[in-house]
Amino acid sequence: MSLLLVLLLAAPAPDYGNTQLPDPRAEAQARELMGELRCVVCQGQSIADSDADMAADMRALVRQRIARGESPTAIRNWLIERYGDYVSYDPPLSGATALLWATPILLLALGAWIALSTFRRRR
Amino acid sequence: MTSGGKTRWLIWVPLAAFAILFVVVATGLMRPSDTTVHSTLVDKPLPDFRLDPMVPGKPGLASADFGQGAPRLLNVFASWCIPCIAEAPQLMALKARGVAIDAIAIHDKGPAIADFLRRHGDPYAAIGDDARSRVQLSLGSSGVPETFLIDGRGRIVRQYIGDIRADQVDQIVRDVRAAR
Repeated sequence: MSLLLVLLLAAPAPDYGNTQLPDPRAEAQARELMGELRCVVCQGQSIADSDADMAADMRALVRQRIARGESPTAIRNWLIERYGDYVSYDPPLSGATALLWATPILLLALGAWIALSTFRRRR
Repeated sequence: MTSGGKTRWLIWVPLAAFAILFVVVATGLMRPSDTTVHSTLVDKPLPDFRLDPMVPGKPGLASADFGQGAPRLLNVFASWCIPCIAEAPQLMALKARGVAIDAIAIHDKGPAIADFLRRHGDPYAAIGDDARSRVQLSLGSSGVPETFLIDGRGRIVRQYIGDIRADQVDQIVRDVRAAR
């Protein structure tokens, strides 16, 4: 572990924007988060999908922080603090998104109501 | 069945739904779309950072340089950024009117910056080297150029997105004076 640390400190920091983390578990964690973060210059893409320089910088930020042992939630919150909920593709429940979350439940309830009333009429 | 009373009001449901949809779409059309990403750090303290100098003879930049009692502008720029060239005369005008300006340079090299300053003027007291956009990301900035106004207590007061136009200069001077 300490040898690894020495190696990490001695070697020039790799460009984690386009290089995977050595630990596959950490890399998988980073990947999952990168797929759910919006590239702030390309806007329609996640940082995992984008070729923009800034997306690479955001991927580097995610990988470095994961490697340092930070949790994906903490990294996401750090970005939300700066860019707002907009930066995350996993919208939190709030006044503005309540309808988004409630619609499936409302539609399900509506469907159930229609089905029930149809069955009742048939009987 | 009791359909008589029930269908009478049900018949209006599609029209009501259409009216709601119409209002939603109409308000969306009236409001011009805003695709700029605003930093949510406005009204919050400037995050901590320390950046190496970018060009010889000019200091690097640290968050500790701000909040020393006087407001300063923090310009996010790059030598490869075309709008930054368009913005340069306005920054020079701001400097001439006594506004203190520092910068962080994104994805850039010293010689390229030195060349940019020679060609387009040098309004900066200090320039930090933010090669990997780390500080830019910590500011909630999403492109170049962007300019942050930091007040005398080290809080971000305002964010100007895109190149500063000639007609914004007066307003920015007023903003800076108000940000003691």
